[in-house]
Amino acid sequence: MEASEVSIELYVLLSAVLFAMGALGFLIRRNAILIFMSVELMLNSANLALAAFARQWGNADGHLMVFFVMTVAAAEVAVGLALIVAIFKTKKSTNIDDLHMFKD
Amino acid sequence: MENFFDLVPLVVLFPLIGLLINLFAGKQLGERGVSIVAVGASAMALLVSIVLWLAQVDTGFGAVVVDAPLLGTWIDIPSAGVEIGWQFRVDTLSVTMMLVVTGVGTLIHLYAVGYMHGDEGFPRFFVYMNLFLVFMLVLVSGNNFLMMFVGWEGVGLCSYLLIGFWFDKPGDEGWKNSDAARKAFIVNRIGDFGLILGVLLTFWTFGTLDYYVPDEEPIPYHHAEHEAEPLFTPDITGVDGAESHAVSGPMGVFNQAETWLTEGDHRVEFGTVSIKFEHMLTVITLLFLLGATGKSAQIPLFIWLPDAMAGPTPVSALIHAATMVTAGVYMMVRANVFYHASETTSFVVTMIGATTALVAGFIALGQWDIKRVLAYSTVSQLGFMVTAVGVGAYTAAMFHLVTHACFKALLFLGSGSVIHGLEHGHHHVAHGEHDHDDGFDPQDMRFMGGLRHKMPLTYWTYLVGTLALAGIIPFAGFWSKDEILVDSLKLGLDDGRLDGYLGFGMLLAAAAFTAFYMWRQVSMVFYGEPRHAAAEHAGESAPVMVWPLMGLAFLSAVIGLINVPSGFPVLGWLYGEHQFANWLEESVTYAHGGEFNWLLATIAVALALAAIYVARTIYNDRAITDLERDPLERLSPRLAQAFALSNAKLYWDEVYFAFVVHPYRRAAYTLAERVDWYWWHDFVHERVIYGTFNRVTRLLTDVLDLKIIDRAFLRSAEAVRVAASRIRRIQTGYVRTYALSVLFGALLVTIIILYPVLRDLLGI
Repeated sequence: MEASEVSIELYVLLSAVLFAMGALGFLIRRNAILIFMSVELMLNSANLALAAFARQWGNADGHLMVFFVMTVAAAEVAVGLALIVAIFKTKKSTNIDDLHMFKD
Repeated sequence: MENFFDLVPLVVLFPLIGLLINLFAGKQLGERGVSIVAVGASAMALLVSIVLWLAQVDTGFGAVVVDAPLLGTWIDIPSAGVEIGWQFRVDTLSVTMMLVVTGVGTLIHLYAVGYMHGDEGFPRFFVYMNLFLVFMLVLVSGNNFLMMFVGWEGVGLCSYLLIGFWFDKPGDEGWKNSDAARKAFIVNRIGDFGLILGVLLTFWTFGTLDYYVPDEEPIPYHHAEHEAEPLFTPDITGVDGAESHAVSGPMGVFNQAETWLTEGDHRVEFGTVSIKFEHMLTVITLLFLLGATGKSAQIPLFIWLPDAMAGPTPVSALIHAATMVTAGVYMMVRANVFYHASETTSFVVTMIGATTALVAGFIALGQWDIKRVLAYSTVSQLGFMVTAVGVGAYTAAMFHLVTHACFKALLFLGSGSVIHGLEHGHHHVAHGEHDHDDGFDPQDMRFMGGLRHKMPLTYWTYLVGTLALAGIIPFAGFWSKDEILVDSLKLGLDDGRLDGYLGFGMLLAAAAFTAFYMWRQVSMVFYGEPRHAAAEHAGESAPVMVWPLMGLAFLSAVIGLINVPSGFPVLGWLYGEHQFANWLEESVTYAHGGEFNWLLATIAVALALAAIYVARTIYNDRAITDLERDPLERLSPRLAQAFALSNAKLYWDEVYFAFVVHPYRRAAYTLAERVDWYWWHDFVHERVIYGTFNRVTRLLTDVLDLKIIDRAFLRSAEAVRVAASRIRRIQTGYVRTYALSVLFGALLVTIIILYPVLRDLLGI
């Protein structure tokens, strides 16, 4: 482990950059699938941070948490993609700005 | 024979059974069956009465109180010490009344079988008649004033039902009948009101209503002029009258009264007022007298009895001549201890009785209706009885009651027979003609005449009744009327009492009137020539109607012999003197036998004969054609005036109408129109209650509900609406807006969580 010792700061920085990219994508993109991908990016940035801290402290709790997040993300993808398919069938579009029928 | 006294409930029970059978099975039984049941019930009651009479004689006139079986105590309030039982009293007075009621009643029932033949209401009639017997027998046989009151009201009800028996006759006649019934009932109520007040005061004063409690013997009265054997008071020791009798234990009202009167200065506490016992008795007896003036048709309440003739003739005979109307006399004789004690009441009683006798006798002179003459005659004769009570001649009152029951029932039944015969004749004449209505009235004496050949048996029996009523020796009326005259004169002469003289004078005049109007009637009905085709074709009535006439004629002729006055030659020796007085004395404390006075008897008979002679000369030989003036009117203008006055019944009804009925109606109208309608309805209801309610509710709706509650809700709803319309703008519908807010929210939460760290970090 001594060969390539990367400091914790870099991990956290990468995680923050990834999270910012995800959040930005989430807010800016209009395509539902891309928004979805942005969400996945944010989740994975959190996973990265969790895994980094776990290694830092030698504690398995972080790893455990990562697995949970991955499981939830998988479930979320299953439901979310099904929803997007259903919406596309009726709206013929995945543009998120077209979906405001509950408002009117 | 003492056990026979226990039979007394049967005397009421038999008519009760009879009426129940006829009530429920009358239609099925048919006329024959109904007659057998009704007459049988009455005859059985008569049989029981006779057995009781014989038992009385056999046991030495012992009075017995018998509990009514099964009924037990009527009113029982132990905390107040009130106990009033259904108890029958068998004593000489009640047995006398029972014999009269059931004896005359049975004969009249028998007669009614013929009289009511073919009437639609045949079973109903006999139900009422038996019901009458039930109540009348309760009235006379009860041992307390409350039972008497029950009977009193009951016979009033039967009287009402039977007067209005033909209420369903077509046209005005039905109305006339029901009007007469209501008049009788209403006038009687006034009297009944007096009676019940008297009964209540009696109860207040004595704490009981029993005449005598069981096994109690009346405190005997020491007769100065006539020594009665004290048959059932062997413990008398004193000789100065009643002072020496110490009665122990509970006492009935009469012995209690006697005791208090002897002791003197007993007072009755009445609320905060203390009243002398003697004065209390005066009030009670005057209230009783009011009851008697109603039931026994005395001034001022006699006006119902003549109208009561609207009922069938057997009813007039039984209820309105022989029995019910004598209830008042019976009641006063029963309460003789009270009446004897109050001189004021005695005076009033005498005056009322004598005035009634005279006034009714005068009115009877001018009537055309055969039954109306008899009705006024009944009022007049009841006046005689009441006078007798007033002058203390209780025996004479009861004696006249008995004889009058016989001969007045006879006369009424005779008049019924005449009416029946005339209707028969009219039917015969009018047969085949279309026009039935020629103004013919089978009761109007002007349409009669010459009936003695057509109806000989009715004529002869009627003649006996007339002579008995007129007081011709030796018929029944002579004895009883003479005894009343003697006793009232004696009161005047011996005690110097004014009412004795006045009563005597008025009764003597009334007796002369009696003879005159009776002969006028006999002349108009039976003598001369028939004045109408109906009278020409009249025929004798059926045997079932004539037999009772003969039976009553026999009684009217001889019943006077039960009380031959002392001093009368031969007869007194033959039949014994004043048997009836001796008999009655056992239960009526102040009863006494009458004396015979040659001079008075001669004057009375001579007066009656003279009146008959005058009537004969006026009426017998003069033809009275239809609707022409009475022969009396043709004699002199003054007599014509008198006749007109008599014919108009002294305008008595008119006076009552002017001074009582019309003011009453006007007052009632005023009350209804002004007070009830204008004031109560229009003002109180419409304005005050309804109006106030309206105004209050309007205030509530307009102000409270609309302006306050409604507005509050509307405002709050509006506020919600406005607020919602503003807040709604947050919801843009763009997912990215929501996402941004989530991000801000997450940032905010993060900052809050990290706040302590950030604070340390920035050094704040």
